[in-house]
Amino acid sequence: MTRLRADNLSWSQGGRQILDQVSLSFAGLGPIFIIGPNGAGKSVLLRMLHGLLQPDSGAVLVDDRPLNMAARRAQAMVFQKPVMLRRSVQANLDFALNVAGRPASEAATWLEAAGLQDKVHQPAKSLSGGEAQRLAVARALAIGPKTLFLDEPTSALDPAATAHIEGLIARAVQDGVQVIMISHDIGQVRRLAQEVVMLHQGRVLETGPADVLMGAAERGETRAFVNGDLLV
Amino acid sequence: MTFLAVLCLLAAPVPSSADRPFILLQSTTSTQNSGLLDAILPQFTALSGLEIRVVAVGTGQALRNAQNGDGDVVLVHSRLAEEAFVKAGYGVARQDVMYNDFVIIGPESDPAGIAGAATPFDALKRIAEKRALFVSRGDESGTHQAELRLWAETGEMPSGPWYREVGAGMGTTINITVGMAAYTLTDRATWTAFGNQSDLRILYENHPSLFNPYGVIVVNPERHPHVKVEAAQDFVDWLVGPGGQAAIAGYRVDGQQVFFPNADAQSGS
Amino acid sequence: MSGFTEELAGALALIFSGDAALWAVVGLSLQVSLSAVLIAAAIGMPLGASLAVFRFPGRGAVQVLVDTLMGLPPVVIGLMVYVILSRSGPLGVLNLLYTPTAMIIAQVILVTPIIAALTRQAVAASHEEYGEQLASFGLSPRAALATLIWEARPAIITALLAGFGRAVAEVGAVMIVGGNIAHVTRVMTTTIALETSKGNLALALALGVILLVLALGVTLAVRLLQGGPQDTRAIS
Repeated sequence: MTRLRADNLSWSQGGRQILDQVSLSFAGLGPIFIIGPNGAGKSVLLRMLHGLLQPDSGAVLVDDRPLNMAARRAQAMVFQKPVMLRRSVQANLDFALNVAGRPASEAATWLEAAGLQDKVHQPAKSLSGGEAQRLAVARALAIGPKTLFLDEPTSALDPAATAHIEGLIARAVQDGVQVIMISHDIGQVRRLAQEVVMLHQGRVLETGPADVLMGAAERGETRAFVNGDLLV
Repeated sequence: MTFLAVLCLLAAPVPSSADRPFILLQSTTSTQNSGLLDAILPQFTALSGLEIRVVAVGTGQALRNAQNGDGDVVLVHSRLAEEAFVKAGYGVARQDVMYNDFVIIGPESDPAGIAGAATPFDALKRIAEKRALFVSRGDESGTHQAELRLWAETGEMPSGPWYREVGAGMGTTINITVGMAAYTLTDRATWTAFGNQSDLRILYENHPSLFNPYGVIVVNPERHPHVKVEAAQDFVDWLVGPGGQAAIAGYRVDGQQVFFPNADAQSGS
Repeated sequence: MSGFTEELAGALALIFSGDAALWAVVGLSLQVSLSAVLIAAAIGMPLGASLAVFRFPGRGAVQVLVDTLMGLPPVVIGLMVYVILSRSGPLGVLNLLYTPTAMIIAQVILVTPIIAALTRQAVAASHEEYGEQLASFGLSPRAALATLIWEARPAIITALLAGFGRAVAEVGAVMIVGGNIAHVTRVMTTTIALETSKGNLALALALGVILLVLALGVTLAVRLLQGGPQDTRAIS
């Protein structure tokens, strides 16, 4: 099992401190949810854990070694707005499998998981929002990642599409994939989360098992946020 | 520069019809636009197997290109410039080939009334007095230089809104003249072969001052060792010899002879 | 204006008569300009894509150079190439002046900045959309660049078309470096210039019409090629 660690991560942009000495350790499969108000630094943290952004100071460690290309290739990420390559549904999966050096024959499984068997040859860019995100999650899982990051994957989707995505996520965890995701949907956090990280103004406010944080968090800010109060 | 060199190599494999031996002739638009070269060069090629590739530009540019070594022979019409070219060592020798003559063309209505003029200077004077539109090549070509010499003879150089310098070749200048219903000086050959005469006519012609001689010069191999001097000399010998001279004399535009061979005038040189 | 109708009728008659000399000129035009666009694409596409994606020393200077060359009049490019390829020039020994190769070189210089600039624009947009995803896939920068170009292909095909249009329609540069030599370096535009100066407006117009039809044909072909996926997208 992957042990992912954020060690004292700091990052600023345009004179604003976005992340301020963030230290975290992710050991279980999760799903681990990173929550917090807008501007808390959630997306930046997620990108840093995936190596898309370099911290100004601090380091990301995977199994106690600095995050390198090999470790990054054992990770995958799904973005808020699904990024579909300008080619068919099938070819989008093939692309990911090819990059990961996996056999093309595995595509069928993932097409089925995404529920897109009858849209195999359709241009991926012509899919609906929900279909595209299903494909994006399936495509990320097709790589065979040890860790999967998701940045608000369902924020623009209807309940049916959200349910399908959540199903894919739950299955991934069952299959041994560590899932770390961001969500603004408190209901979703309650449904899926094993652990929760509360981020506020670039700092880790508190972390803990989901049932604890969602029920009786230590910090007032966390309780307010979980209750749906506005937190600035 | 390295980039360009690489580019040359990249672009090089494109085939050109370079399998036949050829020489490069720098000549003027008048010889090409009149159709003369298209008519006589194939005769020489048939005899010798030598292809003549023609670059037709103004006399000034033709001489400059040859001066850079970009040509084996020049056939142009500006005697002073040609002699200067030879004197500076860029050409081997100048030989007379032929002449044609200049004519003044203008609208059929002839608003300046030049048709009855006694001399070309008189005709130009009438145009200037009437401030009738006159189009000048303005490109320092042989024709432009001839036009300026004629104006000089009138005693006053032209200026004013009626005098339009267009900085273009002969054909383009005639097209502009047609468009403006103006007067201009052109060589007879280009005019006679011109397809877009509209309602312009020759209004003044046949005067010794309008004589327009052409000379041929082989580019000096001492300046440019790559010049195909033997083939070039073969061509010149043909052009000023009986074969070439007969070909020139035999060329007709609308049944009219427009170039007159005159190599005999200095035969043996 | 009855003259114009006459000329146009003459032009069409010429086109449909299958005049061999006319089609030889058209063929050479295509050969020269297509070669030029191919070479320009091989240089301009990676260059433009690199400018869009990578930060490297001298990047600003290269961008300024590309933009400047894009604004250069073809005649000036022709003159530069003439000076270099002339027998008295630095590359005179290659003996390339007044050959189709010289014309290709001039057109490559003319077209490369256009393709590079338009590719930069297209790939920058593509990078914006796909950059993070491709980085997430763990692609090497070079592999990512190839994918970014591929993903930007509609815009890049437009860039290639723009380049081809510019090359095939250009007259000043090829006139100077090609010399407009009959059967050797005479292309559509130089023939149009020559025939116009001879007052043969019918032939000049005929070639003009062919140029027009060519441009139309290429545009339609490309729209057809791209049509499939985009139509589906428009419908759904």
